[in-house]
Amino acid sequence: MEKQKQVQKKQSATAIFFEELSKSSGLVTFLAILTGILISGLLVAFTTVEVYQAFSVSFWGGIKEIVKTAWSTYSTLFMGAFGNPKDIVAAFQGGDALTIRRAINPFFESLVQATPYIFAGLSVALGFRVGLFNIGAEGQIFIGALTATYAGYAITGLPAFIHIPLAMLAGALGGAIWGFVPGFLKAKTGAHEVIITIMMNYIAFKFTDFMINGPMQDPNEYTPKTPWIQESAQLTHLFADPIRFHIGFFIALGVAYLVYWLLFKTTWGFELRTVGSNPNGARYAGINTTKSTVIAMSLAGSLAGMAGANEVLGLNFRLVPSFSSGYGFDSIALALLGKNHPLGVVLSALLFGFLRNGSRQMQLKAGVPIDIVSILQALILAFIAAPAIIRTIYRLKKPDIEEEGVRVSGWGGK
Amino acid sequence: MAPLLELKGITKRFPGVLANDHIDLTLEKGEIHALLGENGAGKTTLMNILYGLYSPDEGEIFVNGQKVAIQGPTDAIKAGIGMVHQHFMLIPVFTVTENIMLGEEDVKVGGFLDRKKAAQKIMRISDQYKLNINPNAYIRDLPVGAQQRVEIVKILFREAEILIMDEPSAVLTPQEVDELFKIMRILVDQGKSIIFITHKLREVMDCADRITVIRGGKVVGSTTPKEADTKKLAAMMVGREVELKVKKTKAKPGNAILQVEDLKVLNNQEQFAVDGVSFEVREGEVLGIAGVQGNGQTELVRALTGLLTPAEGKIKILGKDTTKEKPRFITELGSAHIPEDRQKDGLILAFPVSENLVLNSYQHEPFSKGIRLQFDEIDRNGKQLVDKFDIRTPGINTPVSNLSGGNQQKVIVAREFSRPIKLLIASQPTRGLDVGSIEYIHKRVMEKRDAGCAILLVSTELDEIIQLSDRIAVMYRGKILDILNIEDASKEILGLLMAGIKPSEEMKHKVTKEEQLITT
Repeated sequence: MEKQKQVQKKQSATAIFFEELSKSSGLVTFLAILTGILISGLLVAFTTVEVYQAFSVSFWGGIKEIVKTAWSTYSTLFMGAFGNPKDIVAAFQGGDALTIRRAINPFFESLVQATPYIFAGLSVALGFRVGLFNIGAEGQIFIGALTATYAGYAITGLPAFIHIPLAMLAGALGGAIWGFVPGFLKAKTGAHEVIITIMMNYIAFKFTDFMINGPMQDPNEYTPKTPWIQESAQLTHLFADPIRFHIGFFIALGVAYLVYWLLFKTTWGFELRTVGSNPNGARYAGINTTKSTVIAMSLAGSLAGMAGANEVLGLNFRLVPSFSSGYGFDSIALALLGKNHPLGVVLSALLFGFLRNGSRQMQLKAGVPIDIVSILQALILAFIAAPAIIRTIYRLKKPDIEEEGVRVSGWGGK
Repeated sequence: MAPLLELKGITKRFPGVLANDHIDLTLEKGEIHALLGENGAGKTTLMNILYGLYSPDEGEIFVNGQKVAIQGPTDAIKAGIGMVHQHFMLIPVFTVTENIMLGEEDVKVGGFLDRKKAAQKIMRISDQYKLNINPNAYIRDLPVGAQQRVEIVKILFREAEILIMDEPSAVLTPQEVDELFKIMRILVDQGKSIIFITHKLREVMDCADRITVIRGGKVVGSTTPKEADTKKLAAMMVGREVELKVKKTKAKPGNAILQVEDLKVLNNQEQFAVDGVSFEVREGEVLGIAGVQGNGQTELVRALTGLLTPAEGKIKILGKDTTKEKPRFITELGSAHIPEDRQKDGLILAFPVSENLVLNSYQHEPFSKGIRLQFDEIDRNGKQLVDKFDIRTPGINTPVSNLSGGNQQKVIVAREFSRPIKLLIASQPTRGLDVGSIEYIHKRVMEKRDAGCAILLVSTELDEIIQLSDRIAVMYRGKILDILNIEDASKEILGLLMAGIKPSEEMKHKVTKEEQLITT
């Protein structure tokens, strides 16, 4: 191939700025989100009866109705996620503590929703970085929740500053075991981690059900629930009710930094990324790829396990059946959206948290089905996964520099 | 009479780069016209314009004196221009006939493919030009050389008069290259005309009628093999005097560094790819391993470097038994490895240059302390090696994937040579590189030899083996047929050995000073 280097000769600073900007993948991500929002808005409009009624009267009336519907959908979504600015201002002027807390609660609730996403997203992203497709985050979340719950209620008499880390670690350990198994099987036998992690999910779901219905069931309850965890194991809530915001969010941010540090600043991370980027090259460089695979899956499992622990220790305080409504599966999409970078994962986890929380209000107040958020997420991801579409729509240039690729082996690959 | 093909003032700009700068080129009927230039000189761009894959910014194309506008490959084919791409465009699970018919299908009544008619035509073409193609064979069963002939038939099937061949020898063994040149000669003798793109000097000298040299998107000159010599061509190509032959002093071999005893290695199909091989490499000498690709060299190197565990036999490096050791242990002993496939094994393409330069030393001080990588040191090392080894890169943080092949190879060489090494295992160290890079890498290898390093050189390029080696072992079907001192080796003997024939004693004695190819 001939060189097609984009060496710019004479160009103004602005031109260069836009040139660079148009090549960055951050811009593509932003435009993907924007385009997704636009299309979803149209979808909402076209499923609304009023729009058709307005169109039957006049064309411009119909257009107006489309804009109005989309606007009301997204404004309720926004207020559901961040709170109503008017209410917040009024509450602060009124000065009543409970009213203030109610007004600002949506924002903090979004952060609460984002927290398990951060943990689980990190889990999937770490796997991807090492060339492993961890579909098992959901199962690892369940096992993590199970072990954290046990450590939360069975151990008594500890001060919180020991009990909380201990219970979190128990969750991490549970998830790690669940990640270790597919990692070990892949490294030793070549079994594909996708299949093994999917199967491990089912085992985790059923195993959790069994434990909640049997050995770990609260003897004072007739329905399957575990006992309440000790107060000393509960993640500290930072505000009074109804705000559920707890220190788990900050733990998640800390863990995200730790993952970043591990991946990009240490020799271990260097090895893991090398294996993920080019396993042949890694073997050539003398890196033990078997060990890296096992370590990566275990670490990924432990991160997802912490998501489960976070939910139990921070919100529910006991384990009930089907507590995780799909955080693990969403996090696959989320990790891709975040380009498998810890910072990207945190940002997209926030986005998912806001969407998830906002969509409830949207359903309640605007009567728009919650599924529209799934469609929105799906559209954003489709555009992220196919950046060519976004580049074509917005006439963007292709980036010169390949990003550190995610390489996941095909079926049956080693 | 107007020439068969005439390109006038072809100019093609890519953002910031002038890939073709007013190029004029003529092709007469019945000639092989070689287009010679380094990687990135603009040869392929020019041919892609001719084949309609790019449109030129300026310039005109004439075929038989008529101006033609070539908007796409269809127009090119209509104008009688066909192209054999460097990477074949064949479907492995289809037969030869099916592949050739693709896009030009003859149908019988009812829309059924008329394979018979096509096969007959293919046979006719194959016989006429002595291409030796079986129309009913499946592509996946054919060796690379035969696949290339299928590509040629594909073009002739479409009645092309002008054949463009883009680096046709890159994927072939030396024997297949000779075969190809014979075929090219037959083609032009029967009236076809060929544009032959290459960066290999020996090839243009062997087969071209006319040579046009391109450098930096411009035509630097035109000549014929009779008027030119390789040295002059190389200078035209690179733009400066090039040492085609490295200065070689007599080897002063010392102690054995690498000892291999009766080594047997299995390949993926559980066959003995290396079948009882014994040799040793001493400090200060180059042992060349010659042989046609696929005779066990790959597996031998992988076993020596710890990437494959041998089935039987013994490997000793610096007196230590490393038969069952892992790559890291062998590397840390002071052994370096330039892998056969630099992109697959030798580099992490997505990683920056600086990190690739510490790929097997990141775990040591100063590049890391404990588990913390020391990026200041890694960057400093990167800058230093980029300067010292003249790696052309926009910066040390550029991903290696953005570098040219030659510079990628330099990254590997810089990394391996900057460590204190006692043994170098170099596998195809100059494959696919241009003259300038080859010169550079050969020089560095000889420097290492003279500094007392033991070097095992594996190459399918016989010229390279002869130039650099002090002793030459020839591998054939997993066995070493013979190990010759360079004084006793001639191209003829090596060629026979590579084909699996042991030359008679009397032939060996016939080697005289004149026959030695070391001097050319």
